[in-house]
Amino acid sequence: MPQGRFEGTDTYIATEDLMLAVNAAITLERPLLIKGEPGTGKTMLAEEVARAIGAPLIQWHIKSITKASQGLYEYDAVARLRDSQLGDGRVHDIRNYIVQGKLWEAFASETRPVLLIDEIDKADIEFPNDLLQELDRMEFYVYETKETITAIHRPVIIITSNNEKELPDAFLRRCFFHYIRFPDTETMTRIVGVHFPDLKKDLLKESLETFFEMREVPGLKKKPSTSELLDWIKLLVAEDIPPETLRSKDAREAIPPLYGALLKNEQDVHLFERLAFLHRRNAG
Amino acid sequence: MLVDFFFGLRRYHVPVAITEYLTLLEALERRVAMLSVDDFYYLARAALVKDERHFDRFDQCFGTYFKGMEELFDALHGEIPEEWLRRQAELRLSEEEKALIEAMGGFDKLMEELRKRLEEQKGRHQGGNKWIGTAGKSPFGAYGYNPEGVRIGQHESRHRRAVKVWDRREFKNFDDTVELGTRNMKVALRKLRRFAREGAEEELDLDDTVRSTARNGGLLDIRMVPERHNAVKVLLFLDVGGSMDDHVKVCEELFSAARGEFKHLEYFYFHNFVYETVWKDNRRRHSVRIPTMDVLHKYNAEHKAIFVGDASMSPYEIAYPGGSVEHWNEEAGAVWMGRVLDAWPFAIWLNPKPENIWGYTQSIEMTREIMGSRMYPLTVEGLEKGMRELRHRRAD
Repeated sequence: MPQGRFEGTDTYIATEDLMLAVNAAITLERPLLIKGEPGTGKTMLAEEVARAIGAPLIQWHIKSITKASQGLYEYDAVARLRDSQLGDGRVHDIRNYIVQGKLWEAFASETRPVLLIDEIDKADIEFPNDLLQELDRMEFYVYETKETITAIHRPVIIITSNNEKELPDAFLRRCFFHYIRFPDTETMTRIVGVHFPDLKKDLLKESLETFFEMREVPGLKKKPSTSELLDWIKLLVAEDIPPETLRSKDAREAIPPLYGALLKNEQDVHLFERLAFLHRRNAG
Repeated sequence: MLVDFFFGLRRYHVPVAITEYLTLLEALERRVAMLSVDDFYYLARAALVKDERHFDRFDQCFGTYFKGMEELFDALHGEIPEEWLRRQAELRLSEEEKALIEAMGGFDKLMEELRKRLEEQKGRHQGGNKWIGTAGKSPFGAYGYNPEGVRIGQHESRHRRAVKVWDRREFKNFDDTVELGTRNMKVALRKLRRFAREGAEEELDLDDTVRSTARNGGLLDIRMVPERHNAVKVLLFLDVGGSMDDHVKVCEELFSAARGEFKHLEYFYFHNFVYETVWKDNRRRHSVRIPTMDVLHKYNAEHKAIFVGDASMSPYEIAYPGGSVEHWNEEAGAVWMGRVLDAWPFAIWLNPKPENIWGYTQSIEMTREIMGSRMYPLTVEGLEKGMRELRHRRAD
């Protein structure tokens, strides 16, 4: 097997299929596209892969106004104009006004880096298409200086998407794809285990039960996710909530303590209050 | 066989291309997946399928094509009855060999020996020199087609688990031909949002003007951009009551998804077909009604009209005055629908009934005709098609 096989880390539990997808992407030097519910650790993955294979991590966070060319380089024409007005000597070399983008940074890295292109779906629909050539050949051309930048080492590229826009076929064809499913109880126990190694067994059991029950409640607008569960457990530990408080409480029966960490939506909180009320009425 | 699988995927409407197939082969050659069918399954999925909605179809296809193999693996790691082994031995072994077995301490001893070798082999295979070396280019060599060879080293139950992975078909929800939940709907409705940034260039782009003027050596260079229509305006007309009761859930989901998605959303209810009045509150539908004419005048042609209904009724309800089941309508439903379509040229009809049975109901066909065949099933796929329609085509 090639060097630097990814098998999860001490703080990140990777399922078997995820490991395989990551390793395929590393071995074949193709980008890996990651999708999944929010809060299932898509962005974390890149950080952990970088840590596991001992590579520097370069993060490129995409916004709706991000353009593909910004990842390559930007020509700061305004600064050059200003310098020319002031008679600055720098103005004669156009190189002084070329600002490197994240992709350039990754291509120029001395060791093989991990490049995270985060939330690619936030950008304009043409964005992925504009990067096809660059991701395929790992090179691009700088018009202003007439030079071609080629990657010293092909970076490990991890791309995340929240599914807000469809990505173009041509782009998808060049990637490996992995959909992070919501973890099952067993995986979740392991995930919580790496984050809270000292967590008492009964508290872990009760909190997980409550959590999965909450996810089962029909009609929730936003189901709580892994990251929210971890926040919630952190709060439970900090507040020293005894596991008994959680026990015997069906999610329908009452709102769990510190629910603010899990429910992020007014309507969802109302839903729970209503369910609790109905339950009490039926019981009484 | 792998080529068959590839074409099989295409038959299952998983959009795979040659490049992806080559990627898979390359990955197999580079030993990304080794000697295990679940590794192969995950690898093939990562390389060939680029959309979680297609996972289910992939699983089905995988199940079909590797059915034989799956049984093979079952046989491999399953408990092989000792009786059967004994009989095989009886059948296969010559007299001398049998004598040899006796010399080694009988059948049980032999099995013990075999078990030891299994352990050894397994160790070596995971270290990865012998097995990999012999696997060659053939991907099937890798998981061993030959029961004789693979029986050793493949005795873990991993495969059974993997088989279950695709048999469980956990991605069923994501298939876009099945009915949908809110999240899927929102994604589909988002297709409309994209439209908001297209159009004629009519706004001054200050940043770009400055930049381009600077680049121009100080000569003014005006840059324009399309105006941002950040809000698509949508009118939602929902059929309630009667035959729609079966579809309440999916309509609610659509409604909540649409409310979350469109800032400018107006909704109205109707029963079976649109006539001279609609209403906004179902509890007071008989007292508080809104004349359809007012709605037609109030919202301009920029609005996109989405009708949701099963369009299953008596044909008279569409074609004749007085055909409505609830009241006396002066003008036929078709006339009203014509007015609606004149007012809002961007309009579609979403039908919760499955597309394949539309042909059996006359009123559905009639409605479809009135809509200029812009009727789509209420599934993610249908919704996407509908949104595409709403973005691009005007009614003639």
